[in-house]
Amino acid sequence: MKIHKYDTVIVGAGGAGMRAAIESTKRSRTAVLTKLYPTRSHTGAAQGGMAAALANVEEDNWEWHTFDTIKGGDYLVDQDAAEILAKEAIDAVLDLEKMGLPFNRTPDGAIDQRRFGGHSRNHGEAPVRRSCYAADRTGHMILQTLYQNCVKEGVEFFNEFYVLDQLLTEVDGVKVSAGVVAYELATGEIHVFQAKAVIYASGGTGKFFKVTSNAHTLTGDGQAACYRRGLPLEDMEFFQFHPTGIWRMGILLTEGARGEGGILRNKDGERFMEKYAPVMKDLASRDVVSRSIYTEIREGRGCGPEGDHVYLDLTHLPPEQLDAKLPDITEFARTYLGIEPYTDPIPIQPTAHYAMGGIPTNVQGEVLADNTTVVPGLYAAGEVACVSVHGANRLGTNSLLDINVFGRRSGIAAAEYAAKHDYVELPEDPASLVEAQVERLRNSTGKERVATLRLELQECMDANVMVFRTEQTIKTAVAKIAELRERYLNVSVQDKGKRFNTDLLEAIELGNLLDLAEVMATSALARKESRGGHYREDYPNRDDVNFMRHTMAYREVGDDGTESIRLDYKPVVQTRYQPMERKY
Amino acid sequence: MATPTMDKLEALEADSASSHLIAVTFRIRRFNPEVSADASWEDFRIDIDPKERVLDALHKIKWDVDGTLTFRRSCAHGICGSDAMRINGRNRLACKTLIKDIVSFDKSGAVSKPVTIEAIKGLTVLKDLIVDMDPFFQAYRDVMPFLVTTGNEPTRERLQSAEDRERFDDTTKCILCAACTSSCPVFWNDGQYFGPAAIVNAHRFIFDSRDEAGEQRLEILNDKDGVWRCRTTFNCTDACPRGIEVTKAIQEVKRALITRRF
Ligand SMILES: Cc1cc2nc3c(=O)[nH]c(=O)nc-3n(C[C@H](O)[C@H](O)[C@H](O)COP(=O)(O)OP(=O)(O)OC[C@H]3O[C@@H](n4cnc5c(N)ncnc54)[C@H](O)[C@@H]3O)c2cc1C
Ligand code: SF4
Ligand code: FES
Repeated sequence: MKIHKYDTVIVGAGGAGMRAAIESTKRSRTAVLTKLYPTRSHTGAAQGGMAAALANVEEDNWEWHTFDTIKGGDYLVDQDAAEILAKEAIDAVLDLEKMGLPFNRTPDGAIDQRRFGGHSRNHGEAPVRRSCYAADRTGHMILQTLYQNCVKEGVEFFNEFYVLDQLLTEVDGVKVSAGVVAYELATGEIHVFQAKAVIYASGGTGKFFKVTSNAHTLTGDGQAACYRRGLPLEDMEFFQFHPTGIWRMGILLTEGARGEGGILRNKDGERFMEKYAPVMKDLASRDVVSRSIYTEIREGRGCGPEGDHVYLDLTHLPPEQLDAKLPDITEFARTYLGIEPYTDPIPIQPTAHYAMGGIPTNVQGEVLADNTTVVPGLYAAGEVACVSVHGANRLGTNSLLDINVFGRRSGIAAAEYAAKHDYVELPEDPASLVEAQVERLRNSTGKERVATLRLELQECMDANVMVFRTEQTIKTAVAKIAELRERYLNVSVQDKGKRFNTDLLEAIELGNLLDLAEVMATSALARKESRGGHYREDYPNRDDVNFMRHTMAYREVGDDGTESIRLDYKPVVQTRYQPMERKY
Repeated sequence: MATPTMDKLEALEADSASSHLIAVTFRIRRFNPEVSADASWEDFRIDIDPKERVLDALHKIKWDVDGTLTFRRSCAHGICGSDAMRINGRNRLACKTLIKDIVSFDKSGAVSKPVTIEAIKGLTVLKDLIVDMDPFFQAYRDVMPFLVTTGNEPTRERLQSAEDRERFDDTTKCILCAACTSSCPVFWNDGQYFGPAAIVNAHRFIFDSRDEAGEQRLEILNDKDGVWRCRTTFNCTDACPRGIEVTKAIQEVKRALITRRF
């Protein structure tokens, strides 16, 4: 075991982690620990754009953006945070441009903007062009630009280091962050990083679904590390299902395709979104469109022999426009489906996409230990966190924005905290939990296989807690997850070595997915209403009287060692906008 | 949506619905110094849908047959650059290569030859398909891969015409997968050569109208290990999974070095 000491440690090198690192490296001695080489992070997969009311192509302002974010989130958004997001969006985009990001340009040479779902002028009047973009590889350009600037600033990276535990030390009865424990992929060595401030920026957890736009590596490691140490997870029942994933594969086709004029059609060729969202049509918010697609499928108007998908039709758009604005996604259709999008509509189905919930933070990125108390020295930003700017449903282009705004904020706040505080003592035997976990898996002779359990989990989640949920389906999921957790104790790995043991790490990642799936299903079961991405067929309406509140899920361990989940609730911050019915 | 395309789609979808599996042998170059100092080939025969990716095949082997098989991967759709490898002797991304595009069939309809898979060349193999990427990223860092400007920051964005933006569009697509550099015979012989990927990323800034360090980057690439080592074999362009015209970018950098105009 090796011990390192840094002022600030950042877990993750996606958009949020690197945006934080650029700030904190200037202000404090910083280490970035990342399980992937930074440029492999899934921010690079983002396509469509980043929202900011620049008003470069038409009238727009941050108040409209704030309103759309709150409405899009079905009023579960903390309104003070949404206002910060929309206001700071403008500088966030301009900062990236100054760092070198090659945005698409207007004829005058300014940053070009396009339409995206749920973004409107004047509180829902009509779609507005708010998304700043670089073709359909905006996330790629953000990730590259931030990495380039990390190289420029001399940010120190520990690549292929997996953070597996969060260290907390009690000081005067308060839990304070003391550092993290990481596993080095190349050598199997365990490292303890003592730090004054720690920022989690480890991304989402989509891999507990089967059909998903998320990378294999998005296994919720950061959420799980904090949760296991008794910290809460907020609003985990809210997961976004993006309407247009490639049929069966889940690879994303950006909403920008509909922003450019693409249309969803059922087997009769009908533009069905006109029925469900007369004003915004194909650009209604994602939860609305995903439910509409499944309604079409259930009512027998799906396409294909099994009627299990619909079409994204781009055939009426000029090939030049597709080449200039949507080159990557049209190539995905050609590569993976053998389809020519100039002439053929593309088979699509909703795909598990984005975790609205996560580690609760305030607007400085400080992690909460309960509804009000912060954990000194602990921060989180990006998809791993829940500020909450996305509420019950995130608007497209608001996450690339979130990672930049709150990545920057947490980077500054953590470095400033580190400057003012001293190290707290490490807990006794700090690596013990990780060492025990690794040893148990390496030495286990159990008969269960990681791949089998993971597939059963994913199929269970797809079938039971996806776009439509009922008490019965969720209970089925809860029972299945409990069974899988039991069987997980008998999991063994074949690779017993130390060197690049990805077999072992997949087993650890599966453990994280199981814990988080359980939290998600349990939170979903208790929320007896429908709101945003959480749709209960048995409670189809939003219930502001009983459920206008955030879920806070805690892991509890009884005296006899039994684990359970305790649910609590936290009020939503409302400032200017009274909840209204959501219509698009 | 015209009817003929619908017919074609129906055929495609009917085909997908009745996925038929084929038996394919994957001959994989294994190396694990914890077990043996020597590398060796190992065959795995599995049933797989030809529409699946080589990455899916590797997962099938790892998950169902041999958990010790080791490779990098993340996004699974050609965007993160993790899984460049030599497949049937050519550098490709495993997640962007479909089985049906790399197998051939004999008269009886069976797959005629094994698919070979090995680590990319020119970088030290650490285990199975995993190589040491540090020299590759070091070459990248050495070309100053970031925007350099002087003077006061403008309050709004810097303006850039659509044509100026287009000038370096191609080289912004790079995902740093190393398929190009590790397909280059010059790089195989001399790891000191910057390699195509670093030059591509220098190009991305040299031809960006907002940047002011083009001269410095050109000087770096004028070095004995710089662009002049390129012998225009086009391996890099053929290998690039992002369709970047790598050789053309290198030629443009050479020309800029001669004319000092960019
Ligand atoms: C296909 C796709 C398209 C999208 N398009 C858009 C869009 O157009 N607009 C938009 O606003 N949003 C979009 N999103 C959402 C958005 O891209 C993501 O939410 C956002 O990029 C997440 O960034 P992040 O920095 O939080 O995490 P990531 O970029 O996922 O980075 C996570 C980092 O954490 C590291 N990590 C993870 N676990 C560990 C561990 N245990 N130890 C150490 N390091 C760890 C990883 O190595 C990685 O560096 C899209 C998402 C997807 C999947
Ligand atoms: S130029 Fe192409 S092949 Fe080379 S590293 Fe970049 S994406 Fe990979
Ligand atoms: S796994 Fe990301 S490029 Fe292949």
